[in-house]
Amino acid sequence: MSATNNPVDPAQIAVGEEFGAGPSAAARLEGEPATVGERLARWASGGVVTVVVVLIALLWSVPTFGLFISSFRPAAAIRDSGWWTGLVPPWHFTLDNYATVLQSQGIGQAFINSLIIAIPGTILPVMVAAFAAYAFAWMRFPGRDWIFLGIVALLVVPLQMTLGPILAIFTSLNLTGEYLSIWLAHTAFGLPFAVYLLRNFFGALPSDLLESARIDGASHLRIFGNILLPLAVPALASLVIFQFMWVWNDLLIALVVLGGNPDKSPLTVNVANLVNSFGTNYEVLTSAAFISMALPLVVFFSLQRYFVRGILAGSVKG
Amino acid sequence: MAVTAEGSATKQPLVLGTPNRWRGAWVPWLWIGPAVAFVVIFLVYPVVSTLWLSLYNFDSTAFVFLDNYRHIFTDRNMLVVLRNNIIWLILGTAFTVFLGLIIAVLADRVRIESLVKSAIFIPMAISFVGAGVIWNFMYQFTPAGTTQVGLLNALVTRIGLAPQAWLIDERINNLALIAVYVWMWTGFCMVILSAALKGVPTDIIEAARMDGASELNIFFRVIVPMISPTIAVVATTMVINVLKIFDIVYVMTGGNFNTSVVAYEYYRQAFNFTDSGISSALAVVLLLAVIPIMYFNIRRFRAQEAQR
Repeated sequence: MSATNNPVDPAQIAVGEEFGAGPSAAARLEGEPATVGERLARWASGGVVTVVVVLIALLWSVPTFGLFISSFRPAAAIRDSGWWTGLVPPWHFTLDNYATVLQSQGIGQAFINSLIIAIPGTILPVMVAAFAAYAFAWMRFPGRDWIFLGIVALLVVPLQMTLGPILAIFTSLNLTGEYLSIWLAHTAFGLPFAVYLLRNFFGALPSDLLESARIDGASHLRIFGNILLPLAVPALASLVIFQFMWVWNDLLIALVVLGGNPDKSPLTVNVANLVNSFGTNYEVLTSAAFISMALPLVVFFSLQRYFVRGILAGSVKG
Repeated sequence: MAVTAEGSATKQPLVLGTPNRWRGAWVPWLWIGPAVAFVVIFLVYPVVSTLWLSLYNFDSTAFVFLDNYRHIFTDRNMLVVLRNNIIWLILGTAFTVFLGLIIAVLADRVRIESLVKSAIFIPMAISFVGAGVIWNFMYQFTPAGTTQVGLLNALVTRIGLAPQAWLIDERINNLALIAVYVWMWTGFCMVILSAALKGVPTDIIEAARMDGASELNIFFRVIVPMISPTIAVVATTMVINVLKIFDIVYVMTGGNFNTSVVAYEYYRQAFNFTDSGISSALAVVLLLAVIPIMYFNIRRFRAQEAQR
């Protein structure tokens, strides 16, 4: 197998790559120290690269950091001076903004609504997809590959193609504005990616494993529950995180499906409404926006490796 | 007795009371049934229905054939919307992929790689709505002479230029919105491209270096060709993503000042103006734009399956 024919084997990339895993080029290329001059040159260019990279990283962090600082500044200070002026002493930081939005702008309720929407909106599609993915990977039936390809093809269908008719379905069933409708919608929209990712994962498992279980007389349900699901925990974790973030951060579906029901609106809809009605009242907007980001950021930082794995499995492998 | 009990246990059908000969035939459908039902009801049927509705008038009472499409491709405002989407498509895709690649290559050479990548990647976790608030704040504008509270205008006035109305000035507002998208999605491209970079064998790069190739040459002649399949995947993902962009426009400009895009215009037509004909036709335009990508994806998938 020559490297030039098949430059990058996607399957190899997708497995086990995480931030910081795998040696960096810096480490990999640090072979024989050449002359002192060359070493100096290498060190200097390495230094330049480091500075550039750190600058980019800082640049990328500034907007979020500015919002974060502002959310703790008094309303008058936000209005009259840039957030960066708040960084030098004397500091005047306050939690008032958070107290205000939690009490009077319905952000607390919206946070709970977001959870009510996102938890079933995550579990349901992953469950449905896991069953389907098992069948697509390990059962034989006519039309199997075509049905699977059909589902994969739906991955790229713009949501806009579906929203009008879906709303009509929910209206005729009297489900608009109900949580059930948004759970169902998120399940449907999350399925193509979930089926695709899990089928690829299940399909990559050694077939001996399943065949021997089959010969021992284990039923499909048993193989699925006792053998596959435990093995699939990393893939399931990536998928759960992905779907959760997607549902939590969604605005469009919530706007359309929950339309006229502010009591059940998630954070995204609530914050978007605040932007429309409060325009430049940044003491409200900054703290509200930060509350809406808090959970995804925590999830992201604690489960970053699964998140990255999900991205890689979804796009490189696919 | 024991033998028969065991024998019946091994042959026990999945669903009790089902004759064995039927078992193999319909069990798979039970497993994929819920998924297929969801997909058919909420994706396939609506797509067909929208295709159909796009040929009807605003309240679906009269068949107008391609009139809605003619409107989209001739109306002055609609043409602005289409133009904006094309700008988004080109710049949004190009910048995310290009920056993602550059940062991946650079980060690969430093010791604090994972820290740097996290910083670039964090915006992925933030909703478009949250990003919209963050950047509204960055782009804040007050007339010249007053204190600039927005960071960008503070910098611009510091170097002696006039403050810019980033989101209102029609020469720059689309670019300002695209910048938000680039900020959010560069991390995504970077992560995938970085994984591909790690797959490039070091000895090839070392060999090129021995032969006296410059770093730039190595990048363009060795690294880029080797990871080009991954670049293609990332770019198509970005194209699909950018085409559907909605939230940024909704939160930041509301489509005013000539910043509307197809997905946002769809929302307005469908839910503010309740024009089912035009909105459906707009959705179909989006679908037509992704069909080549759908084809590409399926081909790639089949090629991969053939390899296993």
